[in-house]
Amino acid sequence: MLYIFCPHCGLRSQNEFSYGGDATVKRPALNKEVSDEQWNNFVYNRKSPRGKHVELWQHISGCRQWIKVQRDTVTHEIFKTVEANKEI
Amino acid sequence: MQKYSVFSLFKNALKGHKDWQVAWKDPNPKEEYDTVIIGGGGHGLATAYYLAKEHNITNVAIIEKGWIGGGNVGRNTTILRSNYMHDENGLFYEKGMELWRNMSQELNFNVMYSPRGIINLAHSDAQMNAYARRGNSMKLNGIDATLLGREEIKKLVPILDFSENVRFPIFGGLMQPSGGTARHDAVAWGYARQADSMGVDIIQHCEVTGFDVVNGKIKGIKTSRGNIKAKKVGLCVAGSTSILAEMLNMTLPLETHLLQACVSEPIKPILDHVVTFGAGHFYCSQSDKGEMVMGGDLDGYNSYAQRGNLPTLQHVLTEGIAMLPFLSKLKMLRTWGGIMDMSMDGSPIIDKTHIEGLYLNCGWCYGGFKATPVSGWTFAHTIAQDRPHDLNVGFNLNRFNTGHLIDEKGLGTKTWIS
Ligand SMILES: Cc1cc2nc3c(=O)[nH]c(=O)nc-3n(C[C@H](O)[C@H](O)[C@H](O)COP(=O)(O)OP(=O)(O)OC[C@H]3O[C@@H](n4cnc5c(N)ncnc54)[C@H](O)[C@@H]3O)c2cc1C
Ligand SMILES: [Zn+2]
Repeated sequence: MLYIFCPHCGLRSQNEFSYGGDATVKRPALNKEVSDEQWNNFVYNRKSPRGKHVELWQHISGCRQWIKVQRDTVTHEIFKTVEANKEI
Repeated sequence: MQKYSVFSLFKNALKGHKDWQVAWKDPNPKEEYDTVIIGGGGHGLATAYYLAKEHNITNVAIIEKGWIGGGNVGRNTTILRSNYMHDENGLFYEKGMELWRNMSQELNFNVMYSPRGIINLAHSDAQMNAYARRGNSMKLNGIDATLLGREEIKKLVPILDFSENVRFPIFGGLMQPSGGTARHDAVAWGYARQADSMGVDIIQHCEVTGFDVVNGKIKGIKTSRGNIKAKKVGLCVAGSTSILAEMLNMTLPLETHLLQACVSEPIKPILDHVVTFGAGHFYCSQSDKGEMVMGGDLDGYNSYAQRGNLPTLQHVLTEGIAMLPFLSKLKMLRTWGGIMDMSMDGSPIIDKTHIEGLYLNCGWCYGGFKATPVSGWTFAHTIAQDRPHDLNVGFNLNRFNTGHLIDEKGLGTKTWIS
């Protein structure tokens, strides 16, 4: 069982959250020409690191806010959690 | 190579089983090979076997960081099927089914191939319609499919919960009679033994730590046991693909996720088929030893842990009990997990890369065991001829650029949401 610290609600069990994937991918800026490669990178390509991973979770059965979590993908240790609009 | 037969078994039994030849050797890596296959799972071993057998390329090494069969090929729930709707998948996996049928004879190794039939249950009218459509698509590709009503399912699998007052009543299901199971370890060992006998070096406990690429061309690999030169290199590392891709400065349409499975204590024969629950993700078959073999959803977040988390197991088994209530009385013997190379459209990638001489085989998600023979067969062709076979052209890497996705489940890029 993972225990995730929601910055709004405190420490909660993984059962209250749903996963949103890699939080480091950035949508190409609007109102600009976007190349196929940029779009491909944004939509499909992922680093999928073994080790520290910054990812999105939604506290779906709590405050319903999206948060950012830095977690180790081997040990599942959680290092840090912040509101979704903050940088880790 | 010593041939296995009932006579050799008898002869060796009389001699106290002391004279069996080793099934494959344990060589030290040579300085150079024509082709190096990274990963001694099912796909790597099958690729080496078909390189030797179909293309006469025998100066080949398989480089495995652990021991052969220690990865997903020895961790899966062994379901074989080709019940796909899209042509690329259907035709590819059906070629696989053809190879499964003769595998024990071809490899002179009993892989305990058991075409017992796979039944996907439906729990609503809409799902019955979807299955009718899927079954028709399968038939158009020459794959066997039978739509079954509730009463027909009841005759085949009476142990399922057919009560009226359940949340997900059984409306019927789609059956692929030729689907089934095989013994996963035997598949790895069978391919290894034959590949070895044709001259392939199986090098275990040797981890690939880097690549030697000069002017866009592969020259060799770096390993924990020294550098090895190679004209061609094929990647068959399943859940570790992204790690090796990073060494090559490639970012792939993959994420590594964890899938669990479990087996119960052995009981008398009670389930003749592979059966899947249609209102969630749970599947079950009974092994020859009598254990109920079960699996379902991914843990649901990126993971290289090779072992799972309890909430997912609890969720999956809740579905299991909804389908087969008697399961609640069984004790669990073992649970385990494996790391899956989840591709962004749920279909595999078997292709050349932008690096000359480097070939990619990945994206198997949770369904690559059934692909073992055909993956090896098409990948060997792709490497030997330096171009894909007709059966794997659709599985090219560029499809994510051009939009020609093969999204069988319509899940989009979040294939880990099951
Ligand atoms: C619990 C579970 C249930 C499953 N159920 C089914 C099923 O019912 N039906 C089905 O069709 N599929 C199923 N699968 C999926 C299937 O097992 C995989 O898709 C398939 O086995 C992957 O191919 P492989 O056998 O070559 O992989 P693996 O056996 O994982 O082989 C990859 C090998 O690469 C090696 N490797 C990694 N990194 C390096 C390195 N740096 N250097 C050298 N070697 C390296 C690994 O040690 C490993 O041995 C299941 C998987 C799991 C985990
Ligand atoms: Zn919260």
